[in-house]
Amino acid sequence: MIERGERAARERKMSNLFDLLVAGLATGAIYALVAVGFTLLWQTSQTINFAQGEFVMLPAFLMLAAMHVGAPFWLASILGILLSMILLGLAFKMLLVDPMMRHGVLPLAIATMALAIGMKEAVKQFFSAEASPFPSIVPTGDISVLGHAVSLQSLGVLVVAILAVLCLTTLLNRTSLGHQMQAAAQNPTVARIIGVPVERMILLTFLINAFLVALASLLITPIYLAKFSSGEVLGQAAFIAAIVGGFNQVRGAIIGGLLIGVLDNLAAAYVSTQYRAAVPMIFLIAVILFRPQGLLGRAEERTV
Amino acid sequence: MKSTLLVGALLTAITTTGALAQTIKLADVAELSGGGATVGTNWKNGIDLAVEEINAKGGILGRKLEVTHADSQSNPGVARAQVQKALDAEPYVLLGPGYSGSVKVTAPLAAEAGITQIMGGEAAELTQAGNKFLFRTSFGQQSSMPKVAKYIHDDMKAKSVAVVWVNNDFGRGGRDVVIKELERLGSKVVADLSTEAGQADFAADVGKIKAANPDAVFVYLNEEESARILKELKRQSVAAPLMGETTLIGQKVIELAGDAANGARGHVGLTTDAPVDLIKGFRDRFSKKYNYVPDHNGLKGYLAVYMVKATTEKMGKVDPKAFADTLHGLTIKASEEPGILMDVSFDQNGDIDRQSFLVEVVEGKQVVKQVLPKLK
Repeated sequence: MIERGERAARERKMSNLFDLLVAGLATGAIYALVAVGFTLLWQTSQTINFAQGEFVMLPAFLMLAAMHVGAPFWLASILGILLSMILLGLAFKMLLVDPMMRHGVLPLAIATMALAIGMKEAVKQFFSAEASPFPSIVPTGDISVLGHAVSLQSLGVLVVAILAVLCLTTLLNRTSLGHQMQAAAQNPTVARIIGVPVERMILLTFLINAFLVALASLLITPIYLAKFSSGEVLGQAAFIAAIVGGFNQVRGAIIGGLLIGVLDNLAAAYVSTQYRAAVPMIFLIAVILFRPQGLLGRAEERTV
Repeated sequence: MKSTLLVGALLTAITTTGALAQTIKLADVAELSGGGATVGTNWKNGIDLAVEEINAKGGILGRKLEVTHADSQSNPGVARAQVQKALDAEPYVLLGPGYSGSVKVTAPLAAEAGITQIMGGEAAELTQAGNKFLFRTSFGQQSSMPKVAKYIHDDMKAKSVAVVWVNNDFGRGGRDVVIKELERLGSKVVADLSTEAGQADFAADVGKIKAANPDAVFVYLNEEESARILKELKRQSVAAPLMGETTLIGQKVIELAGDAANGARGHVGLTTDAPVDLIKGFRDRFSKKYNYVPDHNGLKGYLAVYMVKATTEKMGKVDPKAFADTLHGLTIKASEEPGILMDVSFDQNGDIDRQSFLVEVVEGKQVVKQVLPKLK
């Protein structure tokens, strides 16, 4: 009797660990999407976008606004993604990055911080300071994986995020367009000489970043709810993920994102809820001390 | 004949001016704008409705009521200034504010002026500071949590309970009382989880609840976080019944959490959905006057004015100095004063004891399942 009780408890612990891993991977996959955008912008235009978290917050509100005027959810999602690409891709580059870039990396980084504050306040002003519900693209419910009940929502988030990242890496590594983008990122001068339209490639990375954050927004908002401040946590997590993985590597950002997601969940469960936010930070410090180029990053020298 | 008329006219003039001079002045300071605007507006409308009703029936001891409203802008600093201003006009009783933080900073001012303050705050600590002039219109945590614990132990028959709370004054206050009560009754607390205000991700917390495998979960978070944890509990298919307070089953939570809120239960001190005829009557009169259905803050404002009426009539005179002493230990019966809606008792700290309600969310609607009796 007691033995059976112990076995049940042990099984519960195992299945709990499994749940935590799945939930952590799902959140981590979203961090990864956001972190990939981070590294793309850095590689092609040395933009450190401190408004990246708010970039994830805003598309949800664009989609809600579209639904408000009567669009069904699927149409609102597409409209939201397109609008995000215009606002957070095109307009962001033309109106903020291009004019500020001339003054150097630091003024630009500070300008993105100002943008983050502006975006939060604008949403608060024009929408609401309170949270709003947001529909989920994945139905709720469970399916059985290896004898464990896994929530469809976690799995859906994970699958969509992995698909997006796979498409992106295929684009970057397998297509001529991707090679041109990489060339533009690695050595713009030489790329320009051999005929790569560097400016257009940079714009493309901004559009890809906008698409990724809009996708992340669509996936995370049903869980976090649409709120003006919901980008703060995400932006920070993605920033840490990008540094941990390697700021100059797309696959580094992916690994970093997943790692931070899982670490955060395990820390909350096995260390303490109060200190959960500190664990990724400690990990970050360890990485900066012992492997400053990040887990998968290349060492590079740059005068900042 | 002429002289009698003259005397009559004179007498009328004297009594009218006398009545005018003798209005009973109430001062209200409430959250009429800012984040608490819904709270404050309901509270104010409740007060106005009660004042109108009482005046229509001839006032209190033959004297009409007059109430002034001031806006705290949902800001404790502004509330303090407004309360000081209101006290300078020497009101009979001070009504409001509704936010615990604003009550905390204004209560010492009213106590110093010796003026009774009837307020809407619910934080446990407000009535623990030995203030002899402060009264609640609703339950503090020390009154509601014992009822919650009793329900979890007696009705849910839970031998093991997971307690999830938000790490701020509100959450910690409730958590301390409920855990003490649960253990006194013999329900074991198998998980004691603190969460952060504004927390977005509850996967790990729910994972811990799942691992503890409790018979019931007590959730004590603010509205948004309640909605998020309800969704996560559903996502991870936690089957244990959920119990909370007003913050778990409020309309905003239901809106945010969608069908994840179904089945959640909560203890509610006051609700306009209560199966009590007097409350239904109040709700109808309120909706007719203001064209919307009030929340519990509308009830609280209304009750505050009837507390003034019942206490004053008990004293038999309008005496601001003796008011607080009379209200301490007083039981007001709805059969004698219908405006009080439900029998209510006040203790020496200004805390309240009254019937309350067990509400369950059924298909996105709050349904009153049970009436919980007074504690004493």
